[in-house]
Amino acid sequence: MIATLITQILGALTIAAAMMVVLSKHPVRSVLYLVVTFFFISGLYIMMNAQFLAIVNLIVYAGAIMVLFLFVLMLLNLNKEAEPKTPTLTWVIASIAAGTLFVVFIAALKDIVLVTRPGDQVAVSNIGLVKNLGNTLFTKYVVPFEISSILFISAMVGAILLAKREKQTID
Amino acid sequence: MPTSAPINIDFYVILATLLFVIGAFGVMIRRNMIVLLMCIELMLNAVNLLMVAFSSYYNNADAQIFVFFIIVVAAAEATVGLSILILAYRQLRSIDISIFNKLKG
Amino acid sequence: MGFSTIVYILLLLPLLGGLTNGLFGKHLPKQVSGALGTGVIFSAFLCVLMLFNHVNEPVQIDLFNILRFDSFSLEINFLIDQLSVWMSLIITGIGTLIHLFSMGYMKEDEGYYKFFTYLNLFIFAMLLLVLGGNYFVLFFGWEGVGICSFLLIGFHYSDPVKGISNSLAARKAFVMNRIGDAGLIFALFMLLSTFGTLNFVDISERLSEGVSMHHLTVLGITLCLFLAATGKSAQIPLFTWLPDAMAGPTPVSALIHAATMVTAGIYLVARSNFLFELAPLTQDIVLYIGIATSLFAAIMALRQNDIKKVLAYSTVSQLGLMVVALGLGAYTVAIFHVTTHAFFKALLFLGSGSVIHGMHHEQDIRKMGGLKKVMPITHWTFLIGTLAISGFPLLSGFYSKDEIIGHLFDQNPVLYGVIMVSVLMTSIYMFRLYFLTFHGTFRGTQSTWEHVHESPWTMTLPLVILSVFSALGGLLNLPGLFFHEGAHWLSGYLHGAPGMHNIVHETPNFSTTLGLMAVASALSIGVLAWAYQNYVRRGSVAKSDEALNGWEKLSNRKLYWDEWYDWMVVKPIEWLGFQTNHTVEERGLKSGISGLGMLTGKAGNALRKLQNGYVSSYLSWMVIGMILLVVFYLLNGN
Repeated sequence: MIATLITQILGALTIAAAMMVVLSKHPVRSVLYLVVTFFFISGLYIMMNAQFLAIVNLIVYAGAIMVLFLFVLMLLNLNKEAEPKTPTLTWVIASIAAGTLFVVFIAALKDIVLVTRPGDQVAVSNIGLVKNLGNTLFTKYVVPFEISSILFISAMVGAILLAKREKQTID
Repeated sequence: MPTSAPINIDFYVILATLLFVIGAFGVMIRRNMIVLLMCIELMLNAVNLLMVAFSSYYNNADAQIFVFFIIVVAAAEATVGLSILILAYRQLRSIDISIFNKLKG
Repeated sequence: MGFSTIVYILLLLPLLGGLTNGLFGKHLPKQVSGALGTGVIFSAFLCVLMLFNHVNEPVQIDLFNILRFDSFSLEINFLIDQLSVWMSLIITGIGTLIHLFSMGYMKEDEGYYKFFTYLNLFIFAMLLLVLGGNYFVLFFGWEGVGICSFLLIGFHYSDPVKGISNSLAARKAFVMNRIGDAGLIFALFMLLSTFGTLNFVDISERLSEGVSMHHLTVLGITLCLFLAATGKSAQIPLFTWLPDAMAGPTPVSALIHAATMVTAGIYLVARSNFLFELAPLTQDIVLYIGIATSLFAAIMALRQNDIKKVLAYSTVSQLGLMVVALGLGAYTVAIFHVTTHAFFKALLFLGSGSVIHGMHHEQDIRKMGGLKKVMPITHWTFLIGTLAISGFPLLSGFYSKDEIIGHLFDQNPVLYGVIMVSVLMTSIYMFRLYFLTFHGTFRGTQSTWEHVHESPWTMTLPLVILSVFSALGGLLNLPGLFFHEGAHWLSGYLHGAPGMHNIVHETPNFSTTLGLMAVASALSIGVLAWAYQNYVRRGSVAKSDEALNGWEKLSNRKLYWDEWYDWMVVKPIEWLGFQTNHTVEERGLKSGISGLGMLTGKAGNALRKLQNGYVSSYLSWMVIGMILLVVFYLLNGN
C-alpha cells in the first residue's frame, strides 16, 4: 500500500522534474533538474528491487555524465541572455507532435496482451540483486561486456582527438 | 527494500511513455545544443525505466543487462557528442542549433 | 519450247532490259540504249505471238509456293489464257511502237537511258499484272505500274520551270492510286478469308460448282475491287490525277495513260467477272459511275486548250465507256474497246507528241493552226485517229462503241440517251482539236513557224502502223451483220477465259443494231460537217482564258473538280496534320514527355526545401514519421 503510494509519488515527481528540464531557460538549471530526475528514476528502480541498476544509474549517469555536461557548460561560459529563443510556431508544432505521439503510443500499447501473471502486476523479484545480475552478466553476456570496453576505448580516444586544440586556433 | 504491494504494469508503461514524449518534446523545442543532448539522455532513461519494469514483470534478467549496456553506450555517446560540440563552438562561437545548417540542400 | 519457258523468257526480257539500261546505260551510247530497250520489248512481243498461236484453254504455270496454311495458301503462278495473252499482245505490241517513238522523241534528253529503264520496268510490271495467275501476283504488278507511273510522270523533276509541278503531279497520281490500292488490299483479304486461295482458276471453279457466298461478302469484295479499278482507270471519284499526269513526256502519256496502265482496272474487273456476276448491285454502281465519268469528262474536254489535256479527258471519257460495258456484264465488249482505244489513243498521243516536237514543245492549240502543210504524215494519221475515236463509220472505234451502245440500249434506253450525249461531245471536242491544230492559219510566233518540221522516221513509222490498226481494228469483233461466220471473233476468243464461258450475252437483234449504227453514223458525220463549217470555213478560234464565260469557263476550269477535292479532302487532311503536329506533337508530347522530366525536376526542387539543415526540424519530421508508422500498424496490424 505504502509502496504503491511511494511509487506513484515518485512517478509524479519524475514527470515534474522532466518538464522542468525541458522548460527552464537557464541551461545550468536544466542540468540540475535532470540530475534530480535521475535520482527519482533511481528511486523507482529501488522500488522494483533493481538494486544494481539503481546504483549504477546514480553513479554513472547522474554522477559522471551530468558532471561532464556541467563542465562543458561552464567551459562555454553561457548566461541567460545567450540562450536562443524558439519561435512560437515551433512551440505549437512541437506541442501538437508530442501530444499526438503520446496518444498514439498509449493507443498502441493499451491493448497489449501480456503473458498472464496473477493480477497483471509487477511483483517484486530477486533478479535485480547484484549477485544474481552479476551471475548473468559474467556468464551469459560476457562477450558484449568485453566488447563494451573496446567501445569505451574508442570513445575516449575519439573525445581526446576531437577536443584537442589545433595549433592555429584563435582562442 | 523489497516491498510486497504490487503495482500495475500500466503505470510504468504510461510513465515511461510520458517521459519519452517529454524528451522528444524537448528535442524539438530546445535550441541550445547541450540541453538538446540532455533531452536525448532523458529519452534513453525513459526506455531504461520501461525495460526494468518489464524485466521485473517477467522475472527475466536479460532486460536489466540490456539496460546496463544502454547506460554504457549512453556514456560513450555523451562523451563524443560533447567533444564534437566543443569543436563546433570553437568554429562558430555559438551553440544555437539553428546556426548549424551547413548541410542545407 | 514449252509454255513455261516462253513465259519466263517473256517476263525476263523487259526486266533484264530495264536492269541493263539502269546499271550501264550511262556508259552506253544513246543509240544502243534505245535500241536495247526497244529490241527487248519487240522480242517479248514475238514471245507473246508464240503463246497466242498455241493457247487453247487456260494454262496455269506454277512457280513456287510462298505460304501454305490449312486455311489458305499463297503462290506465285501465272495464268496463260486468252484474256491474258490478248492483253499481253496489246502491251508488248503498242509498247514496241512507243519505244521506237521514244528513240526519236527523247533524243535530246539527258536522262535518255533512265527513260528506257523506267519504260522497260513498266512493261515488266504490266506483264506481271496481266499474266498473273492469282490476285497476289496481280497486286505485285499493280503496285509496280504505280511506281513506274510515278517515276515517269515526274521524269523531268529537275526542270527549272516546271520541275515542281511535275513532281506534284507525280505525287498526286501516286496518292490517288494508293487510295485505290487500299481497296484492292481489302478485297484480297476478303477473298483470302472466304476462299482460302487467290487463284483465278480455283475461285472461278468453286463458284461455278455452286459454292454460295453471303451476298454482303461478295458485295464488299466487288466494291473494293471496283474502287481499285477507279483508282487505276481514272473513274469518278479518283480520276483527277490523269489530266495532271500529262506533265510527263508524251510517250509516257501514250503508253501508260492511254493504252496500258489505265486499262489495268478494266482488266481487273474483267478478270473478276465471276465475282461481279454475283453482285448485281455493284454492277449497277459500276454502270452509273461509268456513265457519269464519261459525261463529265466529255464536258471538261470541250474547252481545254492544251493538246494533251484534251486527249487526257478523252481518255477518261472513253474509260468511262469501257466501265459502262463492264457494268452491263459485257466483258468481252469492254476488252474490245480496250483494244481499239489502245490503237487510236496511242496514235493520237503519239501524233500530238509529233506535233509538240515539231512545234518545239509548244502545247497550246491556240498557238497552232495550219500544220497540215508542214507535217503531212502526222496530219493524216491524226485525222484517222480522230475519225476512229469519234465513231466514224467503218473505222475501229465505230464498231467497239456501237457494241457498248447496243448493249446499253437493250438494258435501259434512257441511259442510252445520256451516253449518246457523251458520244456527241466526244466527236465535237475531237474535231475541234483536229481542226484548230491542223487547219486554218498559223497563230503562233514567226520564229516557231520557221522551225516547224515533220518528225523523223522513228516517230512517224509508229504513227502509220497505229493508224492502220485504228482503221481496220474493227475486223476483230464485227457484229453479226457482216461475215456471219467470222462475226464476233474476239468475243468468241475471249470466252475461253475462266468464268467467261458462263456469261452469255444476248447481242441485240438485227434491226436494233442497224438502227443504232445509223444513228451513231449520222451523229459522227453530222458533227464532222458542223466542225468543218465552224472551224475551217468560218475560221472560229479558241478563245483566250479571259474571254471565257458561262459554260465554257466551267468546262475550261474542269468543272472546278480539283478545287472541290482540295476543299473537301485535301484541306481537312492538311488541317488534321497541322493540328496533330501542333497540338499533339508540340503541346501534348512536349508537355507530356518532357513535362514528365520537368515534373521530376520541380518535385525535386520542392522536396529540397525539406532539407533545411536544422536538426530540430529533422527531429520533428522523425517524430511525425514515427506517429504515422504506429498509426499504420494500429489500423492494419491488429
